[in-house]
Amino acid sequence: MRFIPHTEADVAAMLQTIGVAELDDLIAHVPENLRTSAAIKIDNGRAEAEVATELATLAARNPGATGFTSFLGGGYYRHYVPAVVRAITARAEFSTSYTPYQPEVSQGTTQAIFEFQTLIAQLTALDVANASMYDGASAAAEAILMAHRVLPKRHVIAISRALWPDYRATIRTYLSALDTLELVDLPFDFATGETDYAALEGLATDELLCTVTGYPNAFGVIESLGKIAELAHRAGALAISVTAEPLALGLLKPPGELGIDIAVGEGQSFGMPLQFGGPGLGFIAGRTAQVRQMPGRLVGETRDSEGRRAFCLTLATREQHIRRERATSNICTNHSLCALAATAYLSLMGRQGLRELAARNVELAHGARAALETAGIRRRFSGQCFNEFVVAIDAPKAALAAAEQRGMLAGLSLSSDYPELGGALLISVTEMNTEAEIKRLCGVLTGGR
Amino acid sequence: MAGADRLKAAIGQTASAAKSPTAPVIVEGGVPLIFEESSPGRRGVDLNGGAASAKHAIDLLGSKLCRTDIDGFPELSEPQVLRHFLRLSQLNFGQALQLYPLGSCTMKYNPVLNDEMAALPGFANLHPHTPPHLAQGALELIARMEAALAEITGMDAVSLAPAAGAQGELAGLLMIRAWEEKRGRVRRKVIIPDTAHGTNPASCTLAGFEVVVAPSGPRGYLEAAEIRRLLSDEVAALMVTNPNTLGMFEPEIQQIAAVLHERGAMLYLDGANMNALLGVAKPGDMGADIVHLNLHKTFSTPHGGGGPGAGPVAVKQHLEPFLPHPRIVKRGEQWDFDRDRPDSIGRLRSFHGNFGMLVRAYTYILAMGGDGLAQASRHAILNAAYVRKRLEEHFPTATREPTMHECVLTHDLDQRTGVSTLDIAKRLLDFGVHPPTIYFPLVVHGALMIEPTETESLETLESFIGTMERIYDEAIQEPAMVKSAPHSLKLRRIDEVTAARRPVLRWTKR
Repeated sequence: MRFIPHTEADVAAMLQTIGVAELDDLIAHVPENLRTSAAIKIDNGRAEAEVATELATLAARNPGATGFTSFLGGGYYRHYVPAVVRAITARAEFSTSYTPYQPEVSQGTTQAIFEFQTLIAQLTALDVANASMYDGASAAAEAILMAHRVLPKRHVIAISRALWPDYRATIRTYLSALDTLELVDLPFDFATGETDYAALEGLATDELLCTVTGYPNAFGVIESLGKIAELAHRAGALAISVTAEPLALGLLKPPGELGIDIAVGEGQSFGMPLQFGGPGLGFIAGRTAQVRQMPGRLVGETRDSEGRRAFCLTLATREQHIRRERATSNICTNHSLCALAATAYLSLMGRQGLRELAARNVELAHGARAALETAGIRRRFSGQCFNEFVVAIDAPKAALAAAEQRGMLAGLSLSSDYPELGGALLISVTEMNTEAEIKRLCGVLTGGR
Repeated sequence: MAGADRLKAAIGQTASAAKSPTAPVIVEGGVPLIFEESSPGRRGVDLNGGAASAKHAIDLLGSKLCRTDIDGFPELSEPQVLRHFLRLSQLNFGQALQLYPLGSCTMKYNPVLNDEMAALPGFANLHPHTPPHLAQGALELIARMEAALAEITGMDAVSLAPAAGAQGELAGLLMIRAWEEKRGRVRRKVIIPDTAHGTNPASCTLAGFEVVVAPSGPRGYLEAAEIRRLLSDEVAALMVTNPNTLGMFEPEIQQIAAVLHERGAMLYLDGANMNALLGVAKPGDMGADIVHLNLHKTFSTPHGGGGPGAGPVAVKQHLEPFLPHPRIVKRGEQWDFDRDRPDSIGRLRSFHGNFGMLVRAYTYILAMGGDGLAQASRHAILNAAYVRKRLEEHFPTATREPTMHECVLTHDLDQRTGVSTLDIAKRLLDFGVHPPTIYFPLVVHGALMIEPTETESLETLESFIGTMERIYDEAIQEPAMVKSAPHSLKLRRIDEVTAARRPVLRWTKR
């Protein structure tokens, strides 16, 4: 086996040193009945060329990945990944290292994380961000738990129904064992697609722990975060924003500027491939005063014994390996290599590039929305959008099937998650789409003119 | 920062050093922060159609919705960005370059092909909302991966959804809870040995369980009699790592399972140390009801500097209805998602798990095969046993019992010369070796937890053994030198205490 270096002579010499006759003597203390039934009935190992062929065959059976013009979004977004990002994350010094427990030989990882924390803090206009979480949905759940540590006496969590269904489901799972917490769904306004802020006013009591709102939300609509934060704060509660398309923060007012206390989201848009939905990364940013309630890893600046700047994991007393059952979270790892991809991506995009890319997405999406309206396909909501929006369509299933026949994934039907909307299609337009594709989309959705 | 300031930073001063509450930043030998390398007007990317102003987009959105700037964001050219990160990479140790015997982390070789397969356009460009009939290859891979892990663990059903081992733990514990509730029972305690990983008790808290700590027996393993004593009608499960964190196979695991099942409690097996068990003993045969795995350990996906990993959870049939979403099901010749799962504990995250890591682990399993996996565990055990034997004079194990894929060593240097385990770890860095896991498990004095893995050669092990012996001698002859290690790196020992006392968690413009 090519990954295992020992020759027969090596094994013999090692066994002799240890003082046993054969390899299986080393496991003789494992109960015999367990050893007898332990054989793994999987085909024998194969040459690299055979493995590569097998995987290529499987990959080729995903025509949805390569053969279609796509307008799919809804939580994961199609963006170009610059070659430099891959070149950096492919470095074995980064990819084959582990948690930087020994900072002296992990400055690459720790400094990159410190830069990541800074970039996320700048993007959200909040004080501090952690080293990353698993994904946007679990980060949203962790944000609620963090809010509860800040305000332990409160128990009502107001979650917008216009938050992505996957995110709401994840939050329900994470909170399912914590009997004292109560999840309340905030309805959305059928005209604007924004959260129904009036409904929140009814909940603004001293029991309210936090509000949770998408920014933009599951309909692509840009919520009035400032209004939500104000209502939450008036009740003494915290306001949490959740962003699945972080590119939006390149142009939209940042959550911190709008009064949001904890901003979380998904980072996949920043240099990670779609990869059927993972791995991406979760981000979480908040206020300095609450940093000790934050989950997950944090890197801080320090010095070496000769005064040179260095970086290391810090505030570990919040974490499971120290605090055990009283930790702020059970999270152990972060998504470090994904955070590195995001750091490289944002460094490349930079101050101007990110803003321009966000602007390009807005122009294309708004152009597509207008073109569809001209073609007779009504937008479902009046609320302002970033790079995705909902259109009303009578039979979304049939429309999507017809589009597929013409080589297009025209969007995501919301009918099963939001039956109250009737036929509704979420259409996402990014810099990966061209004007010509948008024109074709109009044709396809209006019945193939 | 203007050019002159950058120059000053590079030679060890900053423009505002006088105002700074801390000592001047010295970046000599290090790499400036990306923000310090920034210059207004530089760009690292050109967009399709060239640079464009954001004005039109702001008109479309209305300026009230838009920010004016991203304060402090970097501005660099593409080659600058590449150089910055490549220079950072050179400050890291990595498994591909160094021996990295970090106990309980299984830092084995990560086959290069794994990454190449995950990057195939058919996988990398697959949107998670792709209709299932256009993603049959991905669903087939998920199905095959589930089947392979079920076979390897001897369990009945597998969910690949958890993003990491800790999320697998949460899933497993929530399934126990759901199973209890389905039967109208409320058992709210979980027994965890004192040697367990910290994630175990933390996951229990999140899943609403109270932790009962079980002391290890005098020989370092869990005794069925002790579990029997701790059991009550309030105990829902025992959560145990096997081999345990001392590297020992739990000899009474089957009796423990029987004792638990007799009292209506379950056995949760933490599969962090599965690299000892491939083809040696199956958790399912031990009596486990649940086991979670870490694909980044046993199944060779890269650790990535701390993730992403993946933490599949495997169960026996009685818990199958409770597995998290998504589940896949075959209808005719087609794979599809099964949304009709009323007893499921729900979602742990969005979409379908860390699919990119599943591709890598599946690539590894195909390459290894059943025979190769069994060989891997045997050679991992051989390597650990060899290191243990060769180091036993100065670094004995805490237990005399046989150990598996890792061994936990102790020493008397701190009493003899004041050299601590941390000092030994830092001195190892000078020899280009990543230290073992240190001070864990807590029950072993000054623990050095060594897991060489099966992919390290005899020559590398010999070199490591020689280095450890040398450090032992140095600790006696020149303790001050060992205590001030490392000496050969760009940085000396890093002050982690100050980092926590006065947290600086981001760069800010000076």
